[in-house]
Amino acid sequence: MKAKVHVTLKQGVLDPQGKAVQHALAALGFTGVGDVRQGKFIELDIAEADPAKAKAQVEEMCRKLLANTVIENYAIDLEG
Amino acid sequence: MPAITPEIVAEHGLSPAEYERVLAIMGREPNITELGIFSVMWSEHCSYKSSKKWLKTLPTTAPWVICGPGENAGVVDIGDGQAAIFKMESHNHPSFIEPYQGAATGVGGILRDVFTMGARPVANLNALRFGAPEHAKTRHLVAGVVAGIGGYGNCVGVPTVGGEVEFHPSYNGNILVNAMTIGIADTDNIFYSEASGVGNPVVYVGSKTGRDGIHGATMASAEFSEDSEEKRPTVQVGDPFTEKLLIEACLELMATDAIVAIQDMGAAGLTSSSFEMASKGGLGVEIDLDAVPVRETGMTPYEIMLSESQERMLMVLEPGKEHIAKAVFDKWELDFSIIGRLTDTGRMVLTMGGATVADLPIDPLAQAAPEYDRPWTPGEKLPEVAAADVPERPWGEALLTLIGGPQGSSRRWVWEQYDHMVMGDTVGRPGGDAALVRIHGTKKGLAATSDVTPRYVAADAHQGGRQAVAEAWRNLTAVGATPLAITDNMNFGNPERPAIMGQFVEAIKGMGEACIALDFPVVSGNVSLYNETNGEAILPTPTIGAIGLMPDVEQSVGIGFAAPDQALVLIGAEGSWLGQSWYLAQVAGRAEGAPPPVDLAAERRNGDFVRGLIRAGQVSACHDVSDGGLLVAVAEMAMASGIGADVSVAGPHLHAALFGEDQARYVVATADAEAVLAAAAKAGVAARRLGATGGDALAVNGADEISVAALKKAHESWFPAYMA
Amino acid sequence: MKAAVIVFPGSNCDRDVAVALKRVTGHAPRMIWHRDTALPALDLIVVPGGFSYGDYLRSGAMAAHSPIMAAVTAQAAKGVRVLGICNGFQILTEAGLLPGVLMRNQGLSFICRDVLLKVETSASDFTAGYNAGQVVRIPVAHGDGNYFAEPAVLDRLEDEDRVAFRYCDEGGAPLEAANPNGSRRNIAGILNETRTVLGMMPHPERLADPLLGGTDGAPMFRALAAALS
Repeated sequence: MKAKVHVTLKQGVLDPQGKAVQHALAALGFTGVGDVRQGKFIELDIAEADPAKAKAQVEEMCRKLLANTVIENYAIDLEG
Repeated sequence: MPAITPEIVAEHGLSPAEYERVLAIMGREPNITELGIFSVMWSEHCSYKSSKKWLKTLPTTAPWVICGPGENAGVVDIGDGQAAIFKMESHNHPSFIEPYQGAATGVGGILRDVFTMGARPVANLNALRFGAPEHAKTRHLVAGVVAGIGGYGNCVGVPTVGGEVEFHPSYNGNILVNAMTIGIADTDNIFYSEASGVGNPVVYVGSKTGRDGIHGATMASAEFSEDSEEKRPTVQVGDPFTEKLLIEACLELMATDAIVAIQDMGAAGLTSSSFEMASKGGLGVEIDLDAVPVRETGMTPYEIMLSESQERMLMVLEPGKEHIAKAVFDKWELDFSIIGRLTDTGRMVLTMGGATVADLPIDPLAQAAPEYDRPWTPGEKLPEVAAADVPERPWGEALLTLIGGPQGSSRRWVWEQYDHMVMGDTVGRPGGDAALVRIHGTKKGLAATSDVTPRYVAADAHQGGRQAVAEAWRNLTAVGATPLAITDNMNFGNPERPAIMGQFVEAIKGMGEACIALDFPVVSGNVSLYNETNGEAILPTPTIGAIGLMPDVEQSVGIGFAAPDQALVLIGAEGSWLGQSWYLAQVAGRAEGAPPPVDLAAERRNGDFVRGLIRAGQVSACHDVSDGGLLVAVAEMAMASGIGADVSVAGPHLHAALFGEDQARYVVATADAEAVLAAAAKAGVAARRLGATGGDALAVNGADEISVAALKKAHESWFPAYMA
Repeated sequence: MKAAVIVFPGSNCDRDVAVALKRVTGHAPRMIWHRDTALPALDLIVVPGGFSYGDYLRSGAMAAHSPIMAAVTAQAAKGVRVLGICNGFQILTEAGLLPGVLMRNQGLSFICRDVLLKVETSASDFTAGYNAGQVVRIPVAHGDGNYFAEPAVLDRLEDEDRVAFRYCDEGGAPLEAANPNGSRRNIAGILNETRTVLGMMPHPERLADPLLGGTDGAPMFRALAAALS
């Protein structure tokens, strides 16, 4: 089973990389781009076939390692 | 397997004549894997086919040279049973295509060249040359290259202590990224690449092999055209974390007696490393490609042999010691695989899936590597520029232009992105004449610098070649060090053009003369040719990386004035030469004329004298006079300390005296000018009292002061403003 | 004082801090490999700078889960002093031994230079060698040194006198211009509740030798040795 994890900065946490991307886009002539937030995308191959159990496993991975919940949120997509 | 068509041969960078030689050696048509191997081994990058004839003329020996060119890096004796191992190498083309990864992997590659020989890397330097600041790509390239060098060097934990950054439109389409590493080893534990012992295991360690960088070595030997930006996928990606582990693992294994020979997998990866090891030992090698750790499935023999995945090493082990090596690499969580063994057949035989996929003779391939005596034409001598014909501008205005412009401004923006203090031995931080790194656990130090003045080389390759070596020698001298040896990184255009080949030949001649006069042999180097885009070549750039030995780092001096009320003494002749000077180009708008001639006897005499003064504790600050001339040198000393100075100059042409770029000169600060002048007179060295330190402003002949704060502001502003 | 330095794959200031400790205290610390699970009896554990696990994922995140860190956490709970420098600070926050997180520098670039720090408190074994309010010069070398915590956490740190160092100007003022990385409230180093764990981004071990340009880092090691011997 494949798990796709999106890790994003919480609202309110300054994202200097996102800001830099926003500036760069503006410099390239892409006007009309508002706030840019940069995150991480992590793809995992997991052996667990049961979606509920897999989800629980990945949740734990996110809390323990993949995200720092002081500043980051995460979202998990499972694909059969 | 694809058929070998003339197009495929051409794509592999082999001329029809070279392919004829391939057929003669093989006695049959090669398959694609074999063709790929010929292609990389005979590429300019690996074979030095255009340059070998001339490189051989450089002096490479001295009593302190342990190993000259031909190994992964050069080795010099630094006493007490220790050796310094160093080399500079270019990563120009990959850095232009993908600046971050290109520069990063350049650092990784040169580090491996040094620790492969058993040395712990202790310092990195880099010489960077970019296009005109106003060129559309320059800012992006500067940002990417600097970040890449920092990203790699900072992570592996080797301080980046010095280097150069220059801008010139000739580099618009071909930037130069020359990276240098210095390491320290015990003289009785240096490792070489010559394989020995038929039957001995051949072992692969480090990262897995992927499809990165396939054809990098041939790409680095081909002239650029506009479509080469599409070659992006072939640029390899660096992993400094793995490199750090590889350094520690290799050094740990080297403390045992398990290794017979070792070679890093650089350009042309597994091909050149296995080939060179077997070739040097006069042996053959069998490799089972199924045993090579790979990152992707379905890799062909061609891809495995030509991959330039980073952070990999090949070694030959003592029989029966495999388990020792495996334990070390397991500890560091690195791949370890026995992929083959040495044979007495003199052939490289590759197998995969039980079948032989390539079988080539090693010696004939190595010996028949093409070597060209390319036609060359000497450069035209340019006229001398008479100072009287160059308009005078107020010195303050001129000085601010020079120290506050793209060429002369502070490089702090660059070197503050490099960790230059890790390892805890950086005595001389960036910004001085030479960096100074204490040899760990001793009071000795290694001084290091990188120098060349490409505009001089372009104007007169012979004098420019001499000047590059002399300036490196002078910069080491100016901190008090005894210059030991150099590594040369020869960056030029297309050698098939006689005028470019002429630059190469004449620069080498000049370099060789300076090396002999200054006892400063070449112990390693690298050649990067075909640096041109659409027929426009770069300025000829023979970058000289150099090291020197400081017996006691406490005796060294920096460029900053140590105190007010010190006398300033000019060592060497008065300034007179404006041809090719910063002043002429940037203030008068004329980049022209013959460059300053280099009097090697005066270099030697003046430098030995200055070094003696420093060692005797007679000077408190020292700076060599180079780009921008005397007043720029004094201004840099003032800015480094925050202390002002008043200098006196006379003569018919104030601008030539202040901004002339005459060679073999130093400014020293001393508490006892009389003693220095008397010693100079005795040594036959030209010297005169130049002025004194003090106050918070710079003045010439007591007038027209500029505050040091204003100088600093101009000096520090350009780079951050440009990059913002 | 019995001291140990934890070595992770990718640590690169482990030797530097060991040298500084030996220079100031006369004793070389033990070097402990990250895969070890037990620690000997110790007075001080140093989590050094570097790029543990390449700083991949997030700086310090993977090292915080190394086998040895359970032992470090247990020792810290017993009051053994723990000093995290640079990557070590990042590891300690990721391991939950200190609050907050070190984000990417606001200017996005790696920064290596001397900075000025105001010593905010001398009430700890780490900072007892300084006077509160003293301005010291110590280098930083990091890409992720931008200290972040929720305002309530920052308030609590201040209320409990747990901010050890702030980036400041020559007069000790914590100005925006003196902040190299965008850290909240110019925070450069913090203590835990029991004042036995210190995390700081600047490298005191880099300026503890006059030949390297200064000795403002040395009082920290001297004070630790004095308190723990």
